[in-house]
Amino acid sequence: MSAVSTTFAIEATGVTKAYGKGENRVVALAGADLRVPYGELVMLVGPSGCGKTTLISILAGLLTRDGGSCSVLGLDPQALRNGPRTAWRGRNVGFVFQQFNLVPTVTAQENVAIPLLIQGVPRAQAMSRALDMLRKVGLGGRERSLPLQMSGGQQQRVAIARALAPNPRLLVCDEPTSALDGATGQSVMELISRVAHEDGHAVVVITHDERIYRFANRIVHMDDGRVTRAEVPPKEHA
Amino acid sequence: MLRIAIKMLFGDGARFYGILLGLAFASLLIAQQSSIFVGLMSRTSAFIRDTPQADIWVTDPDLLSVDDAKALRDTDLQRVRGVPGVAWAVPLFKGLLGVKLGDGRRTVCEVVGIDDATLIGGPHSMLEGQVADLRRADAVIVDNRRLARELRMDTGERGPDGKPVYRPMRVGDEMELNEKRAVVVGICDNGESFQYAPQVYTTYSRALQFQPAVRRVMSMVLVKAEPGRDPGELAREIEARTGLSALPASPFEWKTIGFWMRETGIPINFGIAIALGFFVGVAIAGQMFYNFTLENLKYFGAMKAMGASSWLLLRMVALQGVVAGAIGLGLGLGLASAFGLSNNPDRLAFVMTWHIPVITAGAVLVIVVGASLISMIRVIRLDPKSVFQG
Repeated sequence: MSAVSTTFAIEATGVTKAYGKGENRVVALAGADLRVPYGELVMLVGPSGCGKTTLISILAGLLTRDGGSCSVLGLDPQALRNGPRTAWRGRNVGFVFQQFNLVPTVTAQENVAIPLLIQGVPRAQAMSRALDMLRKVGLGGRERSLPLQMSGGQQQRVAIARALAPNPRLLVCDEPTSALDGATGQSVMELISRVAHEDGHAVVVITHDERIYRFANRIVHMDDGRVTRAEVPPKEHA
Repeated sequence: MLRIAIKMLFGDGARFYGILLGLAFASLLIAQQSSIFVGLMSRTSAFIRDTPQADIWVTDPDLLSVDDAKALRDTDLQRVRGVPGVAWAVPLFKGLLGVKLGDGRRTVCEVVGIDDATLIGGPHSMLEGQVADLRRADAVIVDNRRLARELRMDTGERGPDGKPVYRPMRVGDEMELNEKRAVVVGICDNGESFQYAPQVYTTYSRALQFQPAVRRVMSMVLVKAEPGRDPGELAREIEARTGLSALPASPFEWKTIGFWMRETGIPINFGIAIALGFFVGVAIAGQMFYNFTLENLKYFGAMKAMGASSWLLLRMVALQGVVAGAIGLGLGLGLASAFGLSNNPDRLAFVMTWHIPVITAGAVLVIVVGASLISMIRVIRLDPKSVFQG
């Protein structure tokens, strides 16, 4: 029985994953290693198709790996059956998506409450928590706005509030600034970085946007399904 | 989450109204065409319902419907009266005869000759006069349904266009039935019939005078069962003892309806219209609902990533389908009812029995369940990882 790490939110070693069979077999991960401590923001960077999305999908319990070992928040998500894994993910992993994925026909407050409602939190309690989260991301007073009545940056802030509402210990962000202009992207990353450092969340960000590298504690480069190198970003890059 | 599902449905205005429009139109077509079909079929047996005194209708075994003309022998009446359990049995004449109106115009009437002694078989609802007035000389009672159109009288005046001005026939007017004088002594109020010819009631013996001389004239025998005697059982007894056909009123109605359904293209024509409504529902509402779910797949995917089980998402899709279906069904049935109520019942055969909303709801349920099921397959197969694919 392996010891549970209290330092690292993520400890992945030699993770492999391939899609398809026979001639159509495509290797997405060919032995990827990754460690992410609590309270640290790690950026995964690399060319398209290098395996970044596959790796965070496995870490978040959205996808099963073929080989290697993986400990996320003290357990191997793959050891859980589908239902418990879905429930575990809902409680412990927050997601911020490239296109926000806010339900356009419900208010910002209701969007933020969705992960709590999924967990069965009573509506009044979920809405109250959602309001607190909106205030935390600087959107107090916009709780009744629909997503389309908000700017891209505001929508991404709502998405961040939604991801943080269940108080997850791991936050996974997929290209969180790619749909935003430079200044808005910086502001969104400041928020994500603050969350990681103030609240002790482990944050993994996939990005191609070099302008936000300065917010990372470490930048992990991937290529051909492997982690090729890790570096501490130059803070003067911004 | 179910409230979120409803908001997702109502909030997507264009698609929601498209789904509603498709479902409402499908419901309207199915309910309206079914109601007209039932109304028409119901009219084919109106004469049976308008003669409620009889428990059992005895006819020639080969008779196809209440409007068929296969007369019985006079002696058949006595044979029926001889069957134990028969309280009374009376003859009935029913046939089409030529009519000459006061101004010389000619038309055709359905003459009903009822028992002279008891007047059983006469109209059950009178607007003017009484059934007993048929005992007066040359007396007939006419049905008000065709007074304005067929049994109308020339007033002798001319309208602005120079054409004669007519009025509906009334008590005291005269006409000729097969060249024999007939005097209107009453006006009855029968239900709408499938037959276009106006109904004229008279006594059985007078009907035989109106009718050209033939060997067999008795169309059917109306029978009342003794108190406590089951009409169905008595009907079987009459059949066994006389070799004639004997049916209680309800089975006789269904026999008549069955004849019209078998021998005419009416069910096929209405069936096509009803099927069209169903397929319109599938094509428009089903397709739009499927597209609505597809459009929302990215949100369902995000919810799945956030911990929503497939079961929760399926309940959300099912609720959206049921709510859209219920509203569309309500609109369609409401429109169909409004259509029925706004039309003159003399002109439009429209009868919405309780079966029709149930059948329409079943059809709508098939449409939304079908569309939901197909949509649900996409939701179940939805890979939560897909939310990362921009």
